[in-house]
Amino acid sequence: MRTAFINELILQARANPKIFLVVGDLGFSVIEPFAAEFPDRYLNAGVAEQNLTGVAAGLASEGYHVFTYSIANFPTLRCLEQIRNDIAYHNLPVTVVSVGAGFAYGNLGYSHHAVQDFGILRSLPEMTVLSPADPGEARESLQWLAQNPCPSYLRLGKAGEAELHATRGLAQGPLQILEGTGGVALVATGSILKEAIAAAKILAADGISVSVFSCPLLQPVSAEFFAPLKKYPRLVALEEHLPAGGLASLLREHLSQPVHSLAVSPKTLGLVGSQEYLRQKAGIDVIGVVAIIQSLLCMTRRT
Amino acid sequence: MNPAVDTKKLAQQIRAEAVKMVAAAKASHIGGALSMADLLAVLYGEILRVQPERPDWPERDRFILSKGHSCTGVYAALALRGFFPPAELQTYGQDGSRLMSHISHKVPGVEFSTGSLGHGLPFGCGKALAAKRREKNWRTFVMLSDGELDEGSNWEAILFAPQHRLDNLVAIVDYNKIQSLGSVKEVLDLHPLAEKFRAFNWAVREIDGHNHAEISAALKNLPFEPGRPNCLIAHTVKGRGVDFMEGKLQWHYSSPKPDQLAEALGQLEGAP
Repeated sequence: MRTAFINELILQARANPKIFLVVGDLGFSVIEPFAAEFPDRYLNAGVAEQNLTGVAAGLASEGYHVFTYSIANFPTLRCLEQIRNDIAYHNLPVTVVSVGAGFAYGNLGYSHHAVQDFGILRSLPEMTVLSPADPGEARESLQWLAQNPCPSYLRLGKAGEAELHATRGLAQGPLQILEGTGGVALVATGSILKEAIAAAKILAADGISVSVFSCPLLQPVSAEFFAPLKKYPRLVALEEHLPAGGLASLLREHLSQPVHSLAVSPKTLGLVGSQEYLRQKAGIDVIGVVAIIQSLLCMTRRT
Repeated sequence: MNPAVDTKKLAQQIRAEAVKMVAAAKASHIGGALSMADLLAVLYGEILRVQPERPDWPERDRFILSKGHSCTGVYAALALRGFFPPAELQTYGQDGSRLMSHISHKVPGVEFSTGSLGHGLPFGCGKALAAKRREKNWRTFVMLSDGELDEGSNWEAILFAPQHRLDNLVAIVDYNKIQSLGSVKEVLDLHPLAEKFRAFNWAVREIDGHNHAEISAALKNLPFEPGRPNCLIAHTVKGRGVDFMEGKLQWHYSSPKPDQLAEALGQLEGAP
């Protein structure tokens, strides 16, 4: 996803002289082509995210569309007040980009687990929040941001994710990836969509048909944005994020039907391991998704 | 660039308007507005290349008040220089006023809202870098308090500016030696401040921040050294100009009562 991001950013920067990239001394083997092609619109601000974010706001106030780039919680939580006051309040076109969504850097420990980020950032109403699931969604997110420069957050996974689908139109509503015949829609945000698609296929083989949606745009949204989900009696929200302020919470803010949350449990915080291991421990991997949908449907049949 | 301005008179007018605003709104923070009034008068009277009738003139110098709580001084300076009608100063701190009690970018002539300390200098670095990258001649001035130099974000910016040779950036420290709960020396001592900036590769000048000739001489000779960001350490007195406020921590918080307001205005209107 990060490769798709930088390649698309280079394409956008060729067409748009306002695009400026500021990195926080991270991005080895990722950002070099941008730095080489656009030295006047590239800056390594060093390991100093508060200043980096303030500098980005200053550059944006002079007409640039600035992308700040770092990993995990460094470009978001470390400098949250600069995002709130300098970028969002002044309505400046700065896109905060973080690589390492959820447990992508699972082995690196809790400091590197980005599991509160979009809940916190979407509490800033001026911020557009995007959480793409695969390289295609990342490219579309960036294309949309380049067309609509605004205070924004782009949450990326890591390197090497497969393309999961070719559905486009993320600003219009949740993207339908699989169309089922049952009354359950499984809605995911971010690269964990992979687990949702795999679970739907397993359930289909078992005779259970669920619809799957990807929701890369988390803010701004509305009841109209979520209209495609209204017809489903039950929703299951899948996210690599804590429940507070997350996707299930967002769906409940705009829809009236029950939303079952499959999110990172606070009880699993601090565990260390691969992304696959931590998703499994948190119950948000394919096995967890299959199990929860089976149990939901059993409960429905009983009632 | 600016018409001839009597900066000493302007400084006293800034002080008088600031005292009136704080008294009417029963607000705080008059001490730090008075300590930087002479700096503001010379900046807005002689130094800053601005067009009051066109606050967003692209070639203007950018002035950022990082010590946003001292906004009454800047609101007064802007109104007195014609950015907006001085009558609007009376709305300061009132319900619905755009003159909120920490500086607001919704006011003509104000580049950036602050209020949380340690935000102005990084933002100013971004502006100065934009000017360098686009080969523009306008300068960026950031007014800092001494207390706010406790904030680590400032030291990130102080490390950043020389790295990028931002000699179009001017950090002015209103060094009045008193912060929120005590003297700077007692809370987190900055001494030796000039040496700190020099060690970070800034070009530094130290002046009496109430001596207009010294302020003007320093700011008419920018950059102090080509290739280095400029730091002007202005030694000031908190509450300067009103004798019962001078050097008193209390005037970080207190609002003048009617008799104190009359006394203060008497002193300010009687001064040069």
